Amino acid sequence: MLDNLKDFASHFFVTGDPLIYGADVAIGLTMAAIIFVLFYFKKWGWLWREWLTTVDHKKIGIMYIIASLLMLFRGGVDALLMRAQLALPNIHFLQSEHYNEIFTTHGTIMILFMAMPLMFGLFNIAVPLQIGARDVAYPFLNALSFWMFFFGAMLFNLSFVIGGSPAAGWLAYPPLSELTTSPGVGENFYIWGIQLSGVGSLASGINFTVTILKMRTKGMKLMDMPLFSWSVLASCLTILLAFPVLTVTLALLFIDRFAGAHFFTMLHGGNPMMYVNLIWMWGHPEVYIVVLPAFGIYSEVVSTFSKKKIFGYKSMVFSLMIISVLGYFTWVHHFFTMGASANVNAFFAITTMAIAIPTGVKIFNWLFTMFRGRIRITQPMLWTLAFIPTFLVGGATGVMLAVAPADYQYHNSYFLIAHFHQTLIGGVVFGYLAGLYYWWPKMFGFKLNVKLGLWAFWLWNIGFYVCFMPQYALGFMGMTRRVYTYGWDMGWAPLNLISSIGAVFMGIGFIFQVWQILYSIKYGERDTTGDPWDGHTLEWSIPSPAPEYNFAVLPEVKGRDDFWRRKEEGLDNKIKEKDLKPIHMPKNSGIPFIMSAFWFVAGFGFTFGWTWMIVIGLAGVAGCMLARSFSKNNDYYIPVEQIRKTESKYGRLV
Amino acid sequence: MKKRGLLNGIKAAGLVAFAAFFLSGCSSDQLIVLDPKGPVGRTELHLIYLSVLLCAIVVIPVLAILVYILVRYRDKPGNKALYQPKWDDSKVLEVIWWGIPIVIIGILGVYTVKGVHTLTKPPVKNVNPITIQVTSLDWKWLFEYPDQGVATVNYVEIPAGVPVQFELTADGPMNSFWVPQLGGQEYTMPGMAMRLWLQADQPGTYFGSGANFTGEGFAHMRFNVIAKPQSEFNQWVKHVKDTAPAMTNDDYAKLKKQGLSHVKSYSSYPEARFRKVIDKNGGQYMNMDQNKNDMSNMDMKH
Repeated sequence: MLDNLKDFASHFFVTGDPLIYGADVAIGLTMAAIIFVLFYFKKWGWLWREWLTTVDHKKIGIMYIIASLLMLFRGGVDALLMRAQLALPNIHFLQSEHYNEIFTTHGTIMILFMAMPLMFGLFNIAVPLQIGARDVAYPFLNALSFWMFFFGAMLFNLSFVIGGSPAAGWLAYPPLSELTTSPGVGENFYIWGIQLSGVGSLASGINFTVTILKMRTKGMKLMDMPLFSWSVLASCLTILLAFPVLTVTLALLFIDRFAGAHFFTMLHGGNPMMYVNLIWMWGHPEVYIVVLPAFGIYSEVVSTFSKKKIFGYKSMVFSLMIISVLGYFTWVHHFFTMGASANVNAFFAITTMAIAIPTGVKIFNWLFTMFRGRIRITQPMLWTLAFIPTFLVGGATGVMLAVAPADYQYHNSYFLIAHFHQTLIGGVVFGYLAGLYYWWPKMFGFKLNVKLGLWAFWLWNIGFYVCFMPQYALGFMGMTRRVYTYGWDMGWAPLNLISSIGAVFMGIGFIFQVWQILYSIKYGERDTTGDPWDGHTLEWSIPSPAPEYNFAVLPEVKGRDDFWRRKEEGLDNKIKEKDLKPIHMPKNSGIPFIMSAFWFVAGFGFTFGWTWMIVIGLAGVAGCMLARSFSKNNDYYIPVEQIRKTESKYGRLV
Repeated sequence: MKKRGLLNGIKAAGLVAFAAFFLSGCSSDQLIVLDPKGPVGRTELHLIYLSVLLCAIVVIPVLAILVYILVRYRDKPGNKALYQPKWDDSKVLEVIWWGIPIVIIGILGVYTVKGVHTLTKPPVKNVNPITIQVTSLDWKWLFEYPDQGVATVNYVEIPAGVPVQFELTADGPMNSFWVPQLGGQEYTMPGMAMRLWLQADQPGTYFGSGANFTGEGFAHMRFNVIAKPQSEFNQWVKHVKDTAPAMTNDDYAKLKKQGLSHVKSYSSYPEARFRKVIDKNGGQYMNMDQNKNDMSNMDMKH
């Protein structure tokens, strides 16, 4: 009995690596500390009522952001471990298998559990406020989206200490990811972690599409919308078409692994190329899904901090939409070398290059928004300015990669690694950081410290170039991605060492940002006006942090940049007492949290093939759905008295 | 933050980047992609240069404009530069910056299409090509010479100046066959035979590797491509025929097992092994047009 138990535990828990034992201890201590603090300060009730059951888009946004910053930390540590292993030839810091797990989890986490939630966090924070809405279209679904993402991410992360992590690359190409070549539970964790969070992403895509189309305030035409909201619409429309493909692809792979089907093995008539096509039909639009909102943020930031209307608004909208459409016609460029005919490769080469056209137009429009403006170098603006050269070079190397015959040389090399990190960090991460600094006062009511922010900014930027520029050269030197070691004879050592140093710089930059947040909670400049940046759009017309109902009286707008117009015309922000009416709001609900937790249980059961656990999990899910469908008491009215109290606290009531 | 600080910062970042790129001991002979030794690699290099040049036409002026605008339109007291907060539209400017990228992509597109088609044909027409069948295994490379009857593991000898048609497959996870100095790569996939034309102009030893991740031993899947004058190549074949052992089905089964391998030579190999491995991995479902260089005529029969 004891031996059986020991045997089970040695398979169940990941063993044999001191790094992982260290992590086990750290995880245990952190959990214990959190539980202790919650008990000690008697905060369980508060946590449940205010956060775990909330359907308030602003709180959900904050939870998304916290979760994604934690994932950024995990993905960043993965990156540093890899760069440590590659810093010099023949290092024995990580074994091959461990290295393979780390790059797989690094890629998956950074795209799906860091970039996506950070993006949804910013959607949640800004979109309803920008379009003058009191919440998203489906608040309950919004909470469910978040918890599905959260439990999906937790399931994926669990593989690190239990059962073993996936090691077949972040897109898990078969046949490598099939049962014969990846027999452990790692790929199952991968499939179920992404499936759960993918459902959340798809639901968010639906939610924000409907929110933007149906919930704009009075007078706001589509062509009056702030560009961030436009970019969210473009991104969400792309999600609607891309994420179902991901769901189906992973489901088929799981059926291959779980039920012995052969969708993606050549034996019995399947085809791994089918998987590669399918996964990139999601995967390529996915990069536009994450970068389009960043483009929206840059547009807001550049316009605000140049004290100017955005240049070429219609062009900007058109280019956003055309990118989201063209994004669907480029997926083959991820495998030009997989034997498609010359004509197919030529088609996808040209559609890929064509993406550079609307993207380039956006850069010109940003430049000419600054032209004849008055540029204030604030923290959001700094990141936006840093983005332009970074993305220009990243875009140029993207065009280089799109030249199919030349791509035969870049494919799977470090040139490619440098390119996509340049666009994803320079485009997406810089953009989301700009957005985070921009909307931070709106979220929390204080600004982030500038001095620490500058340290973080320069460490990130210098580190970025030091890390990734050498990788272009390494690509030309024949270094391929995903090698865990190399010899002195290759001549790759100096550049790899420099690259690793750059990665450390970025890591320190991140630490400065954490410090900046902690420091500013205590000492940050408080935002009493609700409009700390002299903003142009509606979110700045209400107090910071926004009251739970957002707008005491829904505004009526007359065109773009309506808040700016009001300020120019000398109109104040006051609310007339006679306009106040009770506000209809959704009630909090524990169901999204509980149902996602049951999904987690089911996912864990599927991962290990434990039928009893699958049954419990799915039964719980069904129970939650039933409970929700029979619950009638789902909304309430905020009484006028309470609105009056809140608004007069901010001095906005006449 | 003062303006000087920002500009100095940008300069510093730029300098570091350039220093990292150029001064770090990556002499040009190590940048093997930029130092091709055959017509295929050269075609690709010319496209690389063309794309860099065309991109530079946009990137460099835009960077210059960015710096100019940042300096001139900073929000500081006494800045006399024109301020037009409502100026947000100019048809002429928009036409220019939609137009320039369209023209550039148009030019690059034409050369890309030409290049894609060029690479599907043998690089030179007046010499008879040779065929080498490549199988990527866990985690080694097997090369077979159907005309010469010999086989090698983890190294491959080719005659210089002769176009080589590599036929590629995998008996295991898919990999990618890459010899940067001779030209670009192509995937090896189970159940399929892909084709890649390469050619070495002159004798020499060229670095080759697997480029698509295949698991634990992937980093060690490197091989040398040794190009020799035709006469020496013939001697080498003869030498292998005379001295190396024959590869049996058992030998192949051993090679297929996961693990690394030293370089090996075989004087012969089991008949039609390459075809059999393709069929065994599901190739019987595929009916590829033997005369085509790609899978455009692929027919799945089931």
